[in-house]
Amino acid sequence: MSKKLTVRYFAGFREHAGTGEESVELDVSTAAELFARLKHRHGSAEPLGHCKVAINDEMADWDSALSDGDVVLLFPPVAGG
Amino acid sequence: MRITTDVIEPDKLRDELCDDRAGAYAAFEGWIRNHNDGEDVLRLEYEVYGPLALKEGEKVIAEARRKFPIIHAECVHREGMLEIGECAVWVGVSSAHRDEAFAACRYIIDQVKVRLPIWKKEHYVDGNSGWVNCERCAVHGHEHPQAASS
Repeated sequence: MSKKLTVRYFAGFREHAGTGEESVELDVSTAAELFARLKHRHGSAEPLGHCKVAINDEMADWDSALSDGDVVLLFPPVAGG
Repeated sequence: MRITTDVIEPDKLRDELCDDRAGAYAAFEGWIRNHNDGEDVLRLEYEVYGPLALKEGEKVIAEARRKFPIIHAECVHREGMLEIGECAVWVGVSSAHRDEAFAACRYIIDQVKVRLPIWKKEHYVDGNSGWVNCERCAVHGHEHPQAASS
């Protein structure tokens, strides 16, 4: 079933997507599925294992289930310090 | 854990960790260097997602407290455009003895670098720029730990 989600992009992902945030309506059940769909759409080559995801401002696993209305934050490889 | 756009002043931060029970203090400062991967770097731009960087940073410091018998620990990370020589990150730990101060300081900086939602863009002398990948991502097969399952 299709879900309405808000997706926020950071750093290199934002530049790839050309926007910091977008609303999507997709038939995806997990964060990993969403990543795969958006990766295809935005042409990013970053492997999922190097990236992180947060759902509604909590760090999450890629196999976390998504619910209608979730805000999903997609983080490219981090590099603090 | 603190995120700031102001200059980091290690001496002032050190004073906050003073304690009569402490016999040791260890600190780490990460500085902006003028080269990386064969490129001449002009400056570095840090992007931070504040709400989660603070939350995850507090988790890291709490983990260090559980793992090592330390007295005080703090970490400060810069955000925004930084020039060569500036301090980008500071970690300080005070404890009764030196071993746990060194170990906790090392733990905190290592975890901060791979877990906090912080990114850096290098601006090169030749006018180009690029996002820096996690240094461990260059290692074949390296996967990032997922905070939720750790």
